[in-house]
Amino acid sequence: MTVGWIVAAAQVVLVAAVAPLLVGFTRAVRARLEGRAGGRIAQPWRDLRKQLRKEPLIPADAGVFFTAAPAVLMATSVLVVAAAPYLSTRGPLSGSVDLIVVVGLLLLGAVALALAGLDTGTAFGGMGASREVTIAALVEPTLLLSVFALSTRVGSTNLGAIVAAGTSNQAQVFTPASALAAAALAIATLAEAGRLPVDNPATHLELTMVHEAMVLEYSGRDLALVEWASAMRLTILLGLLANLFVPWGVSTSLYPGAVALAAGVFVAKLGVLSGLLAVGEVFAAKLRLFRVPELLAGSFVLGLLAVITSAVLA
Amino acid sequence: MNQTAAALSGAFALAGVGAVAGLLTPARWRSAAVGAATTGVGVTGAVAGIAAVSGTVWQVRLADLLPLAGVSLAVDALAGWFLLLVGGVATVVGVYTVGYAGRVGHGPSARGALALLPLFVAAMLLVPAAGSVSTFLLAWELMAVTSLLLVLAEHRHSPAVRTAGLWYAAMTQAGFVVVLLGLAWLAAAAGGESFAAIRAGTAELSPLVSSGVFLLCLAGFASKAGAVPLHPWLPRAHAEAPSHVSALMSAAMVKLGVYGIVRVAFDLLGGGPRWWWLLLGALGAVSALYGILQAAVATDLKRLLAFSTSENIGLILLGLAAAGLLAGTGQLAVAGVALAAALLHAANHAGFKTLLFCGAGSVLRATGTRDLDQLGGLSRRMPATTALVAVGALGAAALPPGNGFVSEWLLLQALLHQASAGGTVLTIAAPVAVAVVALTAGVGVATYVKALGTGFLARPRSTTAAAAVESPPTMLAGMGLAAAVCAGLAVVPAVAAPALGRIATSLRVESAPLQGSGVDLRLAGIASSISPLWIAVGVVGLTVGFAAVARAVGRARRRAAAWDCGDGPLTARMEYTATSFVEPLQRVFDNVLAPEQDVDVTHPAESAYLVRAVAYRRRLPDRVEARLYRPVITAADAVGRAARRLATGSVHRYLAYMLTALVAVLVAGVLR
Repeated sequence: MTVGWIVAAAQVVLVAAVAPLLVGFTRAVRARLEGRAGGRIAQPWRDLRKQLRKEPLIPADAGVFFTAAPAVLMATSVLVVAAAPYLSTRGPLSGSVDLIVVVGLLLLGAVALALAGLDTGTAFGGMGASREVTIAALVEPTLLLSVFALSTRVGSTNLGAIVAAGTSNQAQVFTPASALAAAALAIATLAEAGRLPVDNPATHLELTMVHEAMVLEYSGRDLALVEWASAMRLTILLGLLANLFVPWGVSTSLYPGAVALAAGVFVAKLGVLSGLLAVGEVFAAKLRLFRVPELLAGSFVLGLLAVITSAVLA
Repeated sequence: MNQTAAALSGAFALAGVGAVAGLLTPARWRSAAVGAATTGVGVTGAVAGIAAVSGTVWQVRLADLLPLAGVSLAVDALAGWFLLLVGGVATVVGVYTVGYAGRVGHGPSARGALALLPLFVAAMLLVPAAGSVSTFLLAWELMAVTSLLLVLAEHRHSPAVRTAGLWYAAMTQAGFVVVLLGLAWLAAAAGGESFAAIRAGTAELSPLVSSGVFLLCLAGFASKAGAVPLHPWLPRAHAEAPSHVSALMSAAMVKLGVYGIVRVAFDLLGGGPRWWWLLLGALGAVSALYGILQAAVATDLKRLLAFSTSENIGLILLGLAAAGLLAGTGQLAVAGVALAAALLHAANHAGFKTLLFCGAGSVLRATGTRDLDQLGGLSRRMPATTALVAVGALGAAALPPGNGFVSEWLLLQALLHQASAGGTVLTIAAPVAVAVVALTAGVGVATYVKALGTGFLARPRSTTAAAAVESPPTMLAGMGLAAAVCAGLAVVPAVAAPALGRIATSLRVESAPLQGSGVDLRLAGIASSISPLWIAVGVVGLTVGFAAVARAVGRARRRAAAWDCGDGPLTARMEYTATSFVEPLQRVFDNVLAPEQDVDVTHPAESAYLVRAVAYRRRLPDRVEARLYRPVITAADAVGRAARRLATGSVHRYLAYMLTALVAVLVAGVLR
């Protein structure tokens, strides 16, 4: 039991440490491909350190929803990381937090930020919040259909059970249904994490901002917490995508050697996925906000096909 | 006389006392007296419900109380669940009413409006307690009439109240007639009007009779429950009634429509063919989606909450449909989970909707408006109310660790884990149902972010909102009670497991669908589990922890003018309003919502190229109402106008009518 909690804590520390590096890595790859020099991979960590030292300002009209949101966002991210099977499928929270709860907790974090955006009383905050919840509402069916496709073959929505079944029976992982579900979940991940073509994390142009518009009024340690938690959310989603569909290397026990090996494999998988993300973003343009529902409808159809394929082929 | 009997008799006696107190006490003490009595009725009703769900059943027949059929009461576990639900809501509303009705002596604290309140609660307690068709119908009608009079309490205040009353009266009476036909047919075919006799006699019913009874009862009960397309009374009546009455109606009364469906379809008829459940599921899916979309675009806070009631009823019906469908294919364990999900969601919805309607009442009382576009800035002026509404909104948005999340999780588990042996229909229906629940949950989140964010946060957008003051302590106490119940249901839903197990056993599905200790929640036949307690502790604990660490390590915050990308000074008019907040979502669902937009551009006389003024109007009418009900109303109007020609005022003509009628009756008698 105690070992399990240590592994959970190790997951949290690992993801918290890697998340800013992952963001830095995608930026560096993107810059290189676009022919720019770009910053260093550790630049997001330096930014965080700088922001943590600065004085946080809050808008005159903002209240407790604004000041609490960074902590809520961070708390939901940490809870998800502690429960997810990144290193071992036998974590202590594996029976307490399942895939549907993970979806719910990520949504709770987004809602906290949206309320904070409205709480500032500025037009940009409201605009970001409005766009964010619209996209979140439309992503939800895809997410849950992917959960459906993943959980039917195991008979459980528990994350540990799904990944453990994948490592023990690898023929189950590479099925047409699984490929369709992976495609659906990948599109949903882009939308949830606010990446191209749904949202551009590198812009502050009012026509296109979604996430950045919500967090515009944050500064100092509040901004640091928001940025850090956002990077962790990206890592969480990419990590889930990696371990649910390519469950190799995840330890099914709590032996330190196996867990350490799993940590190495996990970081490698994250590196590959974030590299792919960066390459994709070089070639993708941001969609107009009102074209985003079409993309999400496409991912929804993929999810529906995944579920029906898995039922037909079963 | 057992515990259930004693408590229920006490509730009815207290209701009588409360009604008399409402009529006799002076205006100064009236709302306190009636509020106390209503709370008493609620507490005793809830005690009776707890006793009944713990296994203390009670049956009694009072043959002399009413002519012809007498009164027959039979309280089993299913009835107990709804007694508990009604009792719990009434307890909260009783406390809230003391402050809300106030001491003015008119409007909601008028003599009649207050005297009727405990009677309405008693009628709602009588509905699930009824043990025969005649008693049930009597209780149903009592409930309809008392609630109608309560809806009309502020009829002098605005013509909208009168319209709402008219809609409600027409639809509730039509619903009553349909239920009456269905249950009378059932009693006649089964050879007895007590529920026990019907249960014994349903085995010999022909499919035609049982399906006919099912359809009639479904129509009647679904209209009471506010399922789309039988919902148009609901957004009107819930919006225009005094808020404590809205809370009672939305949280408790519409659930009795659900009770009726469970009682008739599962218990009395003992299940049915697959198309029943597919029909019920379709009704649920349409209600959930249409309800939440209308709620998302509503700018009237109480109308938003009313449409969200339709949505939640849709989810409950979806759970019931899944339970019936799965029980029919022999998957009793998963069917039990679906039934438990539906019943638990009914309780959860009662909890958070009481809280939210009371919160809307507090806002209305403090600002005089329900228009979200005119509100804002209440979190500074009414901090306690805002915090309590936030608890309710968390539950209503079905986000962890709220209470709505637990029952939606159960519903999703039942839909995800039906075996593929269930046939093609189930293979297609289950993912569609999951998608419906997911989209409903997603739009629900947007709806409640809008309600909380534009209604309570940021800056006030009108002078009345700027002048709002916090509600009196009794109102806050009532809402606090509801929030505590919501928190309890969210954190330890497993306390309901024995009761749900008893209900499931009595309805011949799984004996113990929910298992688990106080900490975690496990299911029969499904390997998934969650721990609501750990999730709540994790979210709250980590949030507090991070806030504390950030505060200790980082520098203190300083207030400054909002930056807003360096724009000039901001006014409240630049904020996002409720309308602008949902504009993207409304555009996405344009085809469903069909908004009506007008842009009038006026030009000055000298040139058509210049613009003097632009007027923009947008309306979002309820499309179902416009397409389905307006034609019927227009036709009824036309028939009525045509029929006026029959009554010209000429006595000779009336005498001729009478003579013709007499001759026709005589001829019919002779020919027979």
